[in-house]
Amino acid sequence: MFPKRFIDFPDWNVGNPFLDFERMRRDMNRLAEGFRSGLPSFSTAGVFPLTNVTEDNNNYYVRAELPGMNTEDIEISATDSSLSISGQRIIPEEGDHVRYHRREREAGKFSRMISLPGSVDTDKVEASFMDGILKIVLPKSEAIKPKQIEVK
Amino acid sequence: MEGKDIQVQEKKEVDTQGELTQEGPFFVPNIDIFEDDSNIVLLADMPGVSTDNIDIRIEDGQLRIQGKVSKEAPGEYVLSEYSIGDYFSNFALSTAIDQSGIQASMKNGVLRVVLPKSDKSTPKKITITSN
Repeated sequence: MFPKRFIDFPDWNVGNPFLDFERMRRDMNRLAEGFRSGLPSFSTAGVFPLTNVTEDNNNYYVRAELPGMNTEDIEISATDSSLSISGQRIIPEEGDHVRYHRREREAGKFSRMISLPGSVDTDKVEASFMDGILKIVLPKSEAIKPKQIEVK
Repeated sequence: MEGKDIQVQEKKEVDTQGELTQEGPFFVPNIDIFEDDSNIVLLADMPGVSTDNIDIRIEDGQLRIQGKVSKEAPGEYVLSEYSIGDYFSNFALSTAIDQSGIQASMKNGVLRVVLPKSDKSTPKKITITSN
């Protein structure tokens, strides 16, 4: 009989109370950051894929974690003020004779709309996919770019 | 399975007994484990980890997987739905695995580790002879 106990976690079962505090502290920081930027960044839309959005003077940067996906399975479209990401994550069958011990990775369809804080130039949106992370760069439209005014 | 919508999963943080020697969260990747007659295969979702930033080692009969993720993002955060941190996972290896034959590959943020069963643990079909 093959020993089935390949997986067990002897080291990680005992909770560390200090780690919980650390976690709470970080959550509070995230919450505070959300208040500062005027956006409730702590709460998520609860829709797959979770996204992170950053901005600088010229662009918005959208990131999403989509491990195991291929470029052709992801569809992205952008309007003036929103971005839609949809697709299907397929986990290939591993054959008829396999027995699963654990199955946490999920397959399925997804579709998500993200409204952007300002308008973008849809012609210049660029997307890349590397190491399971989707990165989309959306150049801000000229109208909303901050302009530095030189003092003479 | 077809047509099912993917549900959002919060990342699971590693629960450690000891102190962490590195700042920031560590996450446990989502994992599939299956076996066939000759191998045990482990698949781990580790988005953001490139082939160069993964460290797999066998120590004291444990298989440790650690993946480093770049935490840098351009500009300032407008929306932050997921946290970014390194991945860590730890498995007790049974003696039934041929440790010298373990192979690993990384593709699109998914790690695949193939652990061959040693000869003695491969089930042998026993034929029954009748007189």
